[in-house]
Amino acid sequence: MIRVGEALIGKMHEHGARDYPNECCGALLGKDEGANRTVLGLVPLVNQRDDSPQNRFSITPEDVLLAEKEARAKGWDLIGWYHSHPDSPARPSEFDREHAWPWYSYIIFQVEKGEAREMRSWRLDDDRAKYEEENIEFISSVPR
Amino acid sequence: MGVKVMIPTPLRQYAEKRESIDLEAKTVAEALSSLTSQFGELKRHLYSDDGRLRSFVNVYVNDEDIRYLQKEKTALQQGDTISIVPSIAGGTE
Repeated sequence: MIRVGEALIGKMHEHGARDYPNECCGALLGKDEGANRTVLGLVPLVNQRDDSPQNRFSITPEDVLLAEKEARAKGWDLIGWYHSHPDSPARPSEFDREHAWPWYSYIIFQVEKGEAREMRSWRLDDDRAKYEEENIEFISSVPR
Repeated sequence: MGVKVMIPTPLRQYAEKRESIDLEAKTVAEALSSLTSQFGELKRHLYSDDGRLRSFVNVYVNDEDIRYLQKEKTALQQGDTISIVPSIAGGTE
Protein backbone atom coordinates (compact mmCIF):
# COMPACT_ATOMS: atom_id res chain seq x y z
CA MET A 1 0.00 0.00 0.00
CA ILE A 2 1.21 3.50 -0.82
CA ARG A 3 -0.14 6.56 0.97
CA VAL A 4 -0.34 9.85 -0.90
CA GLY A 5 -1.58 13.17 0.44
CA GLU A 6 -4.13 15.29 -1.41
CA ALA A 7 -1.71 18.20 -1.84
CA LEU A 8 0.84 15.99 -3.63
CA ILE A 9 -1.86 14.44 -5.79
CA GLY A 10 -2.86 17.99 -6.73
CA LYS A 11 0.73 18.76 -7.71
CA MET A 12 0.97 15.65 -9.88
CA HIS A 13 -2.35 16.47 -11.53
CA GLU A 14 -1.22 20.05 -12.22
CA HIS A 15 2.00 18.74 -13.75
CA GLY A 16 0.06 16.33 -15.96
CA ALA A 17 -2.37 19.03 -17.10
CA ARG A 18 0.44 21.52 -17.75
CA ASP A 19 2.42 19.09 -19.91
CA TYR A 20 -0.64 17.72 -21.76
CA PRO A 21 -0.75 16.41 -24.49
CA ASN A 22 2.75 15.23 -23.57
CA GLU A 23 3.53 12.79 -20.81
CA CYS A 24 4.81 14.34 -17.60
CA CYS A 25 7.14 12.55 -15.19
CA GLY A 26 8.76 12.96 -11.81
CA ALA A 27 10.17 11.25 -8.73
CA LEU A 28 8.34 10.10 -5.60
CA LEU A 29 10.26 10.74 -2.39
CA GLY A 30 9.18 9.30 0.92
CA LYS A 31 9.48 6.52 3.42
CA ASP A 32 9.56 2.82 2.66
CA GLU A 33 8.40 0.71 5.60
CA GLY A 34 8.29 -2.69 3.93
CA ALA A 35 4.71 -3.41 2.94
CA ASN A 36 3.67 0.23 3.32
CA ARG A 37 5.08 3.36 1.80
CA THR A 38 4.29 7.03 2.19
CA VAL A 39 4.97 9.69 -0.41
CA LEU A 40 6.27 12.81 1.34
CA GLY A 41 7.54 14.86 -1.57
CA LEU A 42 7.88 15.05 -5.34
CA VAL A 43 10.61 16.03 -7.75
CA PRO A 44 8.92 17.08 -11.00
CA LEU A 45 11.26 16.33 -13.89
CA VAL A 46 11.48 17.17 -17.57
CA ASN A 47 10.41 14.42 -19.96
CA GLN A 48 13.55 13.94 -22.05
CA ARG A 49 11.80 12.17 -24.95
CA ASP A 50 11.87 14.88 -27.63
CA ASP A 51 10.92 12.48 -30.42
CA SER A 52 7.60 11.17 -29.05
CA PRO A 53 6.72 12.90 -25.75
CA GLN A 54 3.00 12.29 -26.28
CA ASN A 55 3.33 8.57 -25.64
CA ARG A 56 6.78 8.13 -24.09
CA PHE A 57 8.73 9.54 -21.18
CA SER A 58 12.36 9.27 -20.22
CA ILE A 59 14.31 10.28 -17.11
CA THR A 60 18.09 10.44 -17.41
CA PRO A 61 20.46 8.78 -14.92
CA GLU A 62 21.61 12.30 -13.96
CA ASP A 63 18.04 13.17 -12.94
CA VAL A 64 17.77 9.87 -11.05
CA LEU A 65 20.92 10.80 -9.10
CA LEU A 66 19.50 14.28 -8.49
CA ALA A 67 16.27 12.82 -7.09
CA GLU A 68 18.25 10.40 -4.89
CA LYS A 69 20.33 13.29 -3.57
CA GLU A 70 17.23 15.31 -2.78
CA ALA A 71 15.70 12.34 -0.95
CA ARG A 72 18.87 11.76 1.08
CA ALA A 73 19.06 15.45 2.05
CA LYS A 74 15.60 15.14 3.60
CA GLY A 75 16.29 11.80 5.26
CA TRP A 76 13.85 10.07 2.89
CA ASP A 77 14.14 7.44 0.15
CA LEU A 78 13.56 7.63 -3.58
CA ILE A 79 10.59 5.25 -3.60
CA GLY A 80 9.34 5.51 -7.15
CA TRP A 81 8.17 7.50 -10.12
CA TYR A 82 5.03 9.10 -11.46
CA HIS A 83 3.99 9.71 -15.03
CA SER A 84 0.86 10.64 -16.94
CA HIS A 85 -0.90 8.76 -19.71
CA PRO A 86 -2.49 11.43 -21.92
CA ASP A 87 -5.87 10.20 -23.19
CA SER A 88 -4.99 6.67 -22.14
CA PRO A 89 -5.88 4.51 -19.10
CA ALA A 90 -3.84 4.59 -15.87
CA ARG A 91 -2.46 1.12 -16.30
CA PRO A 92 1.06 0.16 -17.36
CA SER A 93 1.69 -0.52 -21.01
CA GLU A 94 3.91 -3.32 -22.31
CA PHE A 95 6.51 -0.62 -22.93
CA ASP A 96 6.23 0.42 -19.26
CA ARG A 97 6.79 -3.17 -18.15
CA GLU A 98 9.77 -3.76 -20.40
CA HIS A 99 11.49 -0.66 -19.01
CA ALA A 100 10.53 -0.99 -15.35
CA TRP A 101 12.70 -1.58 -12.34
CA PRO A 102 11.55 -3.76 -9.46
CA TRP A 103 10.92 -2.30 -6.00
CA TYR A 104 9.98 1.19 -7.21
CA SER A 105 6.35 2.29 -7.08
CA TYR A 106 5.09 3.52 -10.45
CA ILE A 107 2.18 5.91 -10.09
CA ILE A 108 0.33 6.40 -13.38
CA PHE A 109 -2.58 8.75 -13.94
CA GLN A 110 -4.74 9.41 -16.92
CA VAL A 111 -5.03 12.94 -18.33
CA GLU A 112 -8.15 13.09 -20.48
CA LYS A 113 -8.38 16.13 -22.75
CA GLY A 114 -6.10 18.06 -20.41
CA GLU A 115 -7.88 17.05 -17.21
CA ALA A 116 -6.29 14.63 -14.73
CA ARG A 117 -8.43 11.64 -13.87
CA GLU A 118 -7.87 8.13 -12.49
CA MET A 119 -4.62 7.50 -10.58
CA ARG A 120 -3.22 4.02 -9.86
CA SER A 121 0.07 2.62 -8.59
CA TRP A 122 1.98 -0.42 -9.81
CA ARG A 123 5.05 -2.47 -8.91
CA LEU A 124 6.97 -4.87 -11.13
CA ASP A 125 7.11 -8.53 -10.11
CA ASP A 126 10.48 -10.07 -9.24
CA ASP A 127 10.43 -12.12 -12.45
CA ARG A 128 9.66 -9.03 -14.59
CA ALA A 129 6.67 -10.86 -16.11
CA LYS A 130 3.99 -8.45 -14.92
CA TYR A 131 3.03 -5.56 -12.72
CA GLU A 132 1.04 -5.94 -9.52
CA GLU A 133 -1.30 -3.14 -8.61
CA GLU A 134 -0.40 -1.42 -5.35
CA ASN A 135 -3.32 0.07 -3.43
CA ILE A 136 -3.20 3.82 -3.02
CA GLU A 137 -4.49 5.22 0.24
CA PHE A 138 -5.49 8.81 -0.38
CA ILE A 139 -4.96 10.86 2.76
CA SER A 140 -5.88 14.44 3.52
CA SER A 141 -2.50 15.41 4.95
CA VAL A 142 0.93 13.85 4.93
CA PRO A 143 2.31 12.75 8.31
CA ARG A 144 5.76 14.09 9.23
CA MET B 1 41.93 -5.60 -9.02
CA GLY B 2 39.87 -4.95 -5.92
CA VAL B 3 36.87 -2.83 -6.93
CA LYS B 4 33.59 -1.79 -5.38
CA VAL B 5 30.22 -2.15 -7.15
CA MET B 6 27.47 0.18 -5.94
CA ILE B 7 24.02 -1.44 -6.06
CA PRO B 8 21.02 0.82 -6.77
CA THR B 9 18.18 0.74 -4.24
CA PRO B 10 15.71 -1.27 -6.39
CA LEU B 11 18.22 -4.11 -6.79
CA ARG B 12 19.51 -4.35 -3.22
CA GLN B 13 16.77 -6.83 -2.34
CA TYR B 14 18.57 -9.31 -4.65
CA ALA B 15 22.01 -8.64 -3.09
CA GLU B 16 21.43 -9.29 0.60
CA LYS B 17 20.22 -5.67 0.92
CA ARG B 18 23.77 -4.45 0.56
CA GLU B 19 24.61 -1.01 -0.84
CA SER B 20 27.90 -2.16 -2.32
CA ILE B 21 29.82 -5.32 -3.09
CA ASP B 22 33.61 -5.62 -3.09
CA LEU B 23 35.03 -7.97 -5.66
CA GLU B 24 38.02 -8.71 -7.87
CA ALA B 25 37.84 -7.89 -11.58
CA LYS B 26 40.03 -6.60 -14.42
CA THR B 27 37.19 -5.23 -16.57
CA VAL B 28 33.61 -4.03 -16.15
CA ALA B 29 32.38 -7.21 -17.86
CA GLU B 30 34.25 -9.32 -15.32
CA ALA B 31 32.91 -7.28 -12.44
CA LEU B 32 29.29 -7.61 -13.59
CA SER B 33 29.77 -11.30 -14.32
CA SER B 34 31.19 -11.87 -10.85
CA LEU B 35 28.33 -9.85 -9.34
CA THR B 36 25.62 -11.81 -11.15
CA SER B 37 27.20 -15.17 -10.38
CA GLN B 38 27.25 -14.21 -6.71
CA PHE B 39 23.68 -12.88 -6.82
CA GLY B 40 21.87 -14.73 -9.59
CA GLU B 41 18.59 -12.84 -9.33
CA LEU B 42 20.30 -9.62 -10.41
CA LYS B 43 20.90 -11.02 -13.88
CA ARG B 44 17.39 -10.70 -15.28
CA HIS B 45 17.18 -7.09 -14.17
CA LEU B 46 20.55 -6.07 -15.63
CA TYR B 47 20.58 -8.11 -18.85
CA SER B 48 17.95 -8.73 -21.51
CA ASP B 49 17.31 -12.22 -22.89
CA ASP B 50 19.91 -11.68 -25.64
CA GLY B 51 22.61 -11.16 -23.00
CA ARG B 52 23.01 -7.41 -23.48
CA LEU B 53 22.89 -4.86 -20.71
CA ARG B 54 19.37 -3.44 -20.64
CA SER B 55 19.05 0.00 -22.22
CA PHE B 56 17.96 1.59 -18.93
CA VAL B 57 20.92 0.18 -16.99
CA ASN B 58 23.75 2.71 -16.88
CA VAL B 59 27.19 1.75 -15.65
CA TYR B 60 29.78 4.26 -14.48
CA VAL B 61 33.40 3.67 -13.54
CA ASN B 62 34.07 6.32 -10.93
CA ASP B 63 32.17 9.19 -12.62
CA GLU B 64 32.55 8.10 -16.25
CA ASP B 65 29.74 6.46 -18.22
CA ILE B 66 31.21 3.29 -19.75
CA ARG B 67 29.40 4.10 -23.03
CA TYR B 68 32.05 6.82 -23.48
CA LEU B 69 34.89 4.54 -22.41
CA GLN B 70 35.33 1.01 -23.77
CA LYS B 71 31.85 -0.08 -22.69
CA GLU B 72 31.97 -3.43 -20.86
CA LYS B 73 35.57 -3.94 -21.96
CA THR B 74 36.58 -0.90 -19.88
CA ALA B 75 39.65 -1.81 -17.81
CA LEU B 76 39.53 -1.36 -14.04
CA GLN B 77 42.14 -0.09 -11.64
CA GLN B 78 42.60 -1.07 -8.03
CA GLY B 79 40.09 0.86 -5.90
CA ASP B 80 37.72 1.82 -8.76
CA THR B 81 34.06 2.28 -7.95
CA ILE B 82 31.51 0.93 -10.41
CA SER B 83 28.04 2.42 -10.08
CA ILE B 84 24.90 0.92 -11.57
CA VAL B 85 22.51 3.83 -12.10
CA PRO B 86 18.94 3.47 -13.36
CA SER B 87 17.36 5.55 -16.04
CA ILE B 88 13.58 5.51 -16.12
CA ALA B 89 11.34 5.18 -19.13
CA GLY B 90 7.80 4.25 -20.06
CA GLY B 91 4.72 5.40 -21.87
CA THR B 92 1.40 4.41 -23.34
CA GLU B 93 1.02 1.68 -25.96
